[in-house]
Parts: sequence; structure tokens; C-alpha cells
Amino acid sequence: MRAEPAIEAIDLVKTYKGEVTALAGLSFDVEPGTVFGLLGPNGAGKSTTVKILTTLSAPDSGTALVGGVDVVQHPERVRRLIGAVAQESGSIAALTGRQNLRLQGDLQGMPTQELSRRSAQLLDTFGLTDAADRTVKTYSGGMRRRLDIAIALVHQPEVLFLDEPTTGLDPEARADTWRALNELAARQQLTILLTTHYLEEADQFASRLAIIDRGQIVAEGAPDELKAALRGDSVVVEMGDSRGAGMGERALLQLTDVGSVALDGTALRARVPDGARLLPSMLAALDGAGLRVESVAVSRPTLDDVYLHFAGRSFHSAQEVAA
Amino acid sequence: MRPYLRQTWALTRRYLTQMEPAFIFISLVQPIIWLLLFGALFKEVVKIPGFGGDSYITFLTPGVVVMTALFSAGWSGMSFIDDMDSGVMGRMLVSPVHRGAMMASTLVYQALTTVVQSIIIVLLGWALGAKFPSGVPGVAMLVLGAVLIAVAFAALSNGLSLVTRTRETLIAAATALVLPLSFLSYAFMQANLVPGWIAGIARYNPVNWAVEAGRSALAVQVHWGTVGSYVLFLLASVVVAGVLATRAFRSYQRSI
Repeated sequence: MRAEPAIEAIDLVKTYKGEVTALAGLSFDVEPGTVFGLLGPNGAGKSTTVKILTTLSAPDSGTALVGGVDVVQHPERVRRLIGAVAQESGSIAALTGRQNLRLQGDLQGMPTQELSRRSAQLLDTFGLTDAADRTVKTYSGGMRRRLDIAIALVHQPEVLFLDEPTTGLDPEARADTWRALNELAARQQLTILLTTHYLEEADQFASRLAIIDRGQIVAEGAPDELKAALRGDSVVVEMGDSRGAGMGERALLQLTDVGSVALDGTALRARVPDGARLLPSMLAALDGAGLRVESVAVSRPTLDDVYLHFAGRSFHSAQEVAA
Repeated sequence: MRPYLRQTWALTRRYLTQMEPAFIFISLVQPIIWLLLFGALFKEVVKIPGFGGDSYITFLTPGVVVMTALFSAGWSGMSFIDDMDSGVMGRMLVSPVHRGAMMASTLVYQALTTVVQSIIIVLLGWALGAKFPSGVPGVAMLVLGAVLIAVAFAALSNGLSLVTRTRETLIAAATALVLPLSFLSYAFMQANLVPGWIAGIARYNPVNWAVEAGRSALAVQVHWGTVGSYVLFLLASVVVAGVLATRAFRSYQRSI
């Protein structure tokens, strides 16, 4: 038997005043207890989706349910079910970590004793016990982010929203936040919606993900399923110079098993069903054309390839257009 | 009702915790300057026929109490702007927090700081020679008047911050209002000596209601009926400002 989805978005449409359409009929479901990744470049509609699901903003049309509760009809009930970490920190810099947790628990109406027990436990889980009674201004970026997550969890929500939790963090703070996310993903009773524009983040944490582009879902599935949909491996052959690469492209296209070859500077990127098996004949073909190969790499498709395939443009070029 | 009260108190405690002691001190520099400077500058005005009373500092102290309350209340909206910029506002809005509790906590905080400031200014005035013939009840009424005008003004400042969302506009608006509202009242000059047009405006100026409520409560002969009617007018302005601020909150939420 399938459980009722923890999050259900049905045909969400949102247009900001005088601006382009942010969401153009967006639909997806999230199964309870899973981490669902919403992946897309800036401006794709990820934050708008989170704002609607967390009751901050109302859709122009469409329906959204969180924990089975309609976010437009009963926002107060939804707010009790969710925790949210936004792009900006939501913690109060002039208060200590513990005071921040206590304030949020008071606002959530938690019994006082349970609140102090829960705060101590969260501070411990996120490695903040030593810093608990220092003001948040003295925290590092990673500590602050972990506190933001702890604050969102204080009332034991059913659904946690993480809107680009590592954007704008330095690499150390990002690694720090990823450790916290690992800890969260292991909790079976918690459903997490993670939005990100980092491909590796979605790949690592999400058990299912949806690729969002221009306000619509263009592909949805487990990361491996999406990569498998590309059927095959990518073989990158470094030729050393562009003339050699151009000749190599023609040589490789003679082979029947090679699906496509793209020229990328002095390198060739070929898409083949089974890289390991086909590599010898590819090298033989290049050798036969009298070309010298500098290096070869065979790799499973990355989410970058998936994005290129489904959104029809490379992830980085979409990012640049948005920026 | 209980969650609402608990939220209001939790948020008030937040403002009290994050209060900078230096800010309280700095906010007292201005009233000290008013008392010393205006007190010395206009020392002799009491000799003008028709002024009545014998000490300008006695006359001036209630005016400075109200004006100081007004000045600090004008900044109230700043905490909303800080919260919008830092993401705290967003976090509050996705929590089951009463919007009324968010508004009320800033006003309770404003009321508490106004009480402390007003008492300090009264003590300063007293040290400079001001007399308070009706004693503690009179001073309490002066403080109440200052609290009510501060709360009304703070609610307006909050509302304005939710609409404009920028520090600059809020500061400009607050400073543009405080001085004219103070000078279009009897804070510095006896009613029968100000020009007719100022008197005409002062009648409808809530700042003047606060000044007059305090001053008449401190007189030798207190007409409590007059004091009471000023307090009622002030309560009405608090309600009007509160309604406007709540509307601003709704328009802010719709705009996200």
C-alpha cells in the first residue's frame, strides 16, 4: 500500500506582478520519509515553489498539500507540520544558539520542559553544545547554518524544507552543512524537500529528484534512473589540438555503435552504450586515421549530462542566462 | 489566547535580550541637551505676562519626556527591517506565530523602554529644579501619556517599515514627523502665547494631547476629568495606528 504523499503540488502557476511567469503548471509528489531534490538553475522557480509550499506566498492557481493539508485553505495547520531553512539565515545574531531555539519553541507553543530537553539534544546532534551560550554573531558560517537547521527542527516537524542550504557558503561551511544533511537524511520519519543548483548536492542526498526549468518539471526520477535514461557512458578523448580533434570526430562517427560525438575544444565527447567494451575499437579507429591520443576517460553520465539532455541546454549556460 | 500571550512575551523578551545598553544611554543624551539648552535659553520666558508659573524647567520637563518618547518610537520599525533583511521575518512567517503577537511584542517593548526613559528624564528635570506638585500620581500620568503616544507612533513606524522596507525612508519619515509634531504643540510654549494657527493644529495633535495630559496631571490643582479625556483621545490614536499597522502587515504578506 502506498502512503499518502507528504507533499503534493498540482499544477501550480505563479506570475509575479509585471514579470515573467515563475511557475508554469508545476506538479510533483514527495513520498513520506524521503529526501526529494528540486534541481535547477537560479530563476527556474525553485524558491517560488518553496514559498508556496511553506505558506509564505499564494499560487495564482493550482493546489498544494503538505501532510495532506491544503496550504492556501489552512496555512496555520501547515505551519505546525513544517520546518523551513531559507537561503538567508533565520537565526537572530544578537541571541545565543540556545536562546534562538527557545524562542522558536515558545513560538511553536512547546511545553517548556520538553523544549529545553529538545534544545539540548539538537545542540548535541549538530555539534553546537560548546557554542550554545555564545551569541550567534560569533558563529562561523557552517555553525550558523547548522543552527538554522536545528531551529527548523525544534518542534519535530513532519516535513523539512531546505531552500538552497549551501548557497553562499565557503567550501568548509558547505562540507559542514553536508554532514548535517547526512544526519538528517538518515531519519526515516522526516520528509525533506531540498532545492539546490549544485548537481552534486542533489545527486548525493536526494533519493528522488525533479529537474525544474522555466517553471516546469522537465524530468523526474531517482538520480540513477535519470542517468540511466541517457543509456550509456560518456567517453572523453583528449586529442591535444583542435585540428586533431576535428579529424578524430569524423573517424569516430564511422563507428556504428557511437551515438553522438561532440567537439569540446581540443577534446571529443562521445556518447556510447558501453564505454569499456567499445573503447578499444574507438582507439583503433583514431589510430587508423593516424591521430595521436593524449588521454582517454570513460565515465557514467553525470547529472550535468542529464540536465543537458532534458532541459535542452547545459546547466551552466542556463545558470549564466539566469544570472 | 494563551499561545498569543506566550508568543508576545517570548518576542518581547527577545527584544529586551538584544537591547544594547549603549543605545539607552545614547538616547538619553538628546533629552539632557533639550533640558539644559532649552532650559537655559528660555529661562526668562516665564516672566512674559500671561505665561503663568514660575519655572521654565518645570514647564519644559513634560514636553521633553513626550518628545523623547516620540523620538525613540520613530525607530521602532527598524527591527522589522532588520528581520526582513536577515531572514528572521521569513522564518517567523512560516512558523505558527500570530501576526498580532509580532506587532504587539514590539509595542510592549517600546512601552517598557518609554517608562524607563521617562522616569530618568523626570529625575533629571527634578535635579535641575523642576517641581512636580501633584507628586507620584501626576508623574505616573505623565509616563502613561508618553507611553500611549510612543505606542501609537511605534505602530505607525512598524507599518511604514512594512510598506517601504528600507532604512533610509523610515529614518527620513520619522525625523520629518517628530520635530514638527513637537513644535506644533504646547511642549515648549504656553497655550495662550502660541500663534492662533499653531493652537488650531495643536488641538488635534496627539503629541499635544500627551503633553497636556502630563502637564495638567502635574499641576497644583489637577482636573482629572481633563486628564482623563486626553488619555481617551490617546487610546483612540493607539487603536487607529494599530489598525493601520495591521493592514500594512497584510499588504507586506501579499507582496512576498
